[in-house]
Amino acid sequence: MAWKNKRLLWLQSGGCGGCTLSLLNTEAPSLFTTLADIGIELIWHPSFAEQSLDEAMQLLQRLADGSEPLDMLCLEGAVMTGAAGRFHLLPDGQSMSTLIEQLARRAGQVIAVGTCAAYGGISAAGDNLTGATGLNHSGNHPGGLLGADFHAAGGLPVVNISGCPTHPGWVLETLALLASDSLQAADLDPLGRPRFYADKLVHHGCDKNEFYEFKASATAPGQMGCLMEHVGCKGTQAHADCNSRGWNGEGSCLTGGYPCINCTAPDFADPGHGFFSTPQVAGFPVGLPTDMPKAWFVALSTLSKSATPARVRQNAVQDRIIVPPSLPKKNKA
Amino acid sequence: MSRRILGPFNRVEGDLNITLDFADGKVSAARVTAPLFRGFERILLGREALDALAIVPRICGICSVSQSVAAAHALSSLYGINPPPNGQRVLNLIHAVENIADHLSHFYLFFMPDFARADYQQQPWHAATLARFQAQRGSAIAPMLEARALLMRFMGSLAGHWPHTLCLQPGGVTKVVSAAERVRLQQWLRSFRRYLEQHTFGQPLEAIAALDSQAALEHYQQQNPDADFACFLHIADSLQLHTLGRSYDRFIAAAAYASAEGSWSPAGVWHGGHSQPLVLDAISEDSHSSWLAGDGPAAPLHNDTVPLPDKAEGYSWSKAPRLAGAAAETGALARGLLRGENLLCDMVARDGGNVLSRVVARLSEVARIVPLMEQWLAGLQLEQPFQHPCPATPVQQQAIGLTEAARGMLGHWVTLDAGRISRYQIIAPTTWNFSPRDSQGLPGPLEKALEGVTASDPQALQVQHIVRSFDPCQVCTTH
Repeated sequence: MAWKNKRLLWLQSGGCGGCTLSLLNTEAPSLFTTLADIGIELIWHPSFAEQSLDEAMQLLQRLADGSEPLDMLCLEGAVMTGAAGRFHLLPDGQSMSTLIEQLARRAGQVIAVGTCAAYGGISAAGDNLTGATGLNHSGNHPGGLLGADFHAAGGLPVVNISGCPTHPGWVLETLALLASDSLQAADLDPLGRPRFYADKLVHHGCDKNEFYEFKASATAPGQMGCLMEHVGCKGTQAHADCNSRGWNGEGSCLTGGYPCINCTAPDFADPGHGFFSTPQVAGFPVGLPTDMPKAWFVALSTLSKSATPARVRQNAVQDRIIVPPSLPKKNKA
Repeated sequence: MSRRILGPFNRVEGDLNITLDFADGKVSAARVTAPLFRGFERILLGREALDALAIVPRICGICSVSQSVAAAHALSSLYGINPPPNGQRVLNLIHAVENIADHLSHFYLFFMPDFARADYQQQPWHAATLARFQAQRGSAIAPMLEARALLMRFMGSLAGHWPHTLCLQPGGVTKVVSAAERVRLQQWLRSFRRYLEQHTFGQPLEAIAALDSQAALEHYQQQNPDADFACFLHIADSLQLHTLGRSYDRFIAAAAYASAEGSWSPAGVWHGGHSQPLVLDAISEDSHSSWLAGDGPAAPLHNDTVPLPDKAEGYSWSKAPRLAGAAAETGALARGLLRGENLLCDMVARDGGNVLSRVVARLSEVARIVPLMEQWLAGLQLEQPFQHPCPATPVQQQAIGLTEAARGMLGHWVTLDAGRISRYQIIAPTTWNFSPRDSQGLPGPLEKALEGVTASDPQALQVQHIVRSFDPCQVCTTH
């Protein structure tokens, strides 16, 4: 494995900074130790770098004109292309989108951190009058700032670590693989997401799986039952490993009692219905698992509903276990 | 006179540029620019009321829970429900974790690294400060991040994750706490307290909370020279930080950490040594210097956000909130003054709000909130509900949701039409603190604080200390 120090520049534009803050949650070891361990030198980051003002601007210009090498560029936040870039200006009056494009065309590897940088995300939601877009995608469509045929100097397209926010593990593991030249184009899914987390579904490992199996559904956030049928949960369609790796130790949206809103998907912020409700046709949710024949889903859920144990049905609409699982006869009092 | 545009200001949250007019070695005028606009007030329009809970946390990655709290408060009014006591306690715990984490991130990651810079290498304290607080590399950083990550386990347990939880609902929280979970939460909080007492303060938290005068603070500093807080106090003495960054000395705060017994920190306005009630009708937004439609003061309940990138008078995407026409400062110092904390009242009576008192207010608040968290945890009645069901339809069409983020007062002014959001105006803490000039030409609080600063160069660290002493959050500012 080739392992050499890589120089990483991290920029922020049309986003909330939450992917950086989430990155700070990384445990054992903490962020800067981990970066050093995986052979990455963070040459500038808006939240952490020592250099400010002119020194920072000069460094950015040297990287943009190629007089200093740039191995990795991470962008957090969407690119603001509307009004000739006026929605995000640098102090010298240059638009941030211009600088991002210059840097992306210099960098060996370009990484979009978060759904905004990857696809536009929530910054592109609604009427998007700011012209927010992703680096290599605009919503579901290839293109974005850099164009559909973009490849970074190192040969890869933009690596889209989507998520709103991103899990610190997704970011650091992607960076570690990139730093050791161990991530190939085949390791990315069709939306540019690293397959190591995007080939899983949020549904995998969900706490509520028994409720799902029996279609024992919650009617409101906070109840124990499955949130898919009534409460907007998209865990069966959402590409991410949120329930097989914990957030902040042991959490996920589902363990927190609220629905997955599919935040790794390009258009999650405009679902076309309320985030806490599931549109239905003839009593069945519209958004079914993407690779399951609908007729089978209907047949199986009708069958499983008829077989639902009373315990599961009753607990589904409670906020805690009311009826515990029964014990074998030999253990009963 | 020379004019310099400074930026990008880093080690602040979000994007910030500042234009300084500089004459005879002094700042004669400052103009603060928030250079990024996303338009969340427009992104919210037309959505179902409860959808605000999914949208507003994404305004800000560092004040995410505060944005959720403000929305949940507004929705509680709109739906005519209130959380049960357990729901309120869990909300307070989640909110306190974010606020404490923000205070520590500010101190260790954003603010202190400036004192490790080579500009100060002649100072007797520089070598020790470089070793402990250098950006990314100082010996204080990794232990702080480990302690912070441990505290953030509260978010995994109670809120699913941080940032951007959906656990805060108008009727309470979506997560109940079991007895076993409370044991884990208490373990993490004890570990976090140990970190603070060992590294940050060098004393029990109660001893820090008991510091009731500048004299007591000086005594603490002498007795605990190795504590991080004392290191800062020593540097502050050496650089006379109490003389830097004074603004209008008019402070504004909303209520923070509600409970059945009332709020821990009251709403109000503090000016001239006295507190007065906060009159919400006196709050206006002025867009004169913003790249936004509008000019004079407008009531947030009736205001809109329409970008005009080419507006000639504009120099920021931020509006200028005003209280009865006056600019006001918000943050931990405002909260402390309105609680009547003796130490902060003493410091402000002597030197007003400044770089020193803002930082002392933040750290002493950390020492006060951790014991409160212990009480909230112990006070959970585990068999009782954590949430009341939300009615199907709102009972009101207009509501205001207020809370205190780490950086100060945050307000959401919400109007519904047939259950959907027809208007949503947000005034964030740094919108107050880093506002541009209004239609009367009145500078915002940071602009005022920078006026008259003597510096060898516009980029001098004094200027940067003043800017960072407010702990700005620029993504909230323009939203």
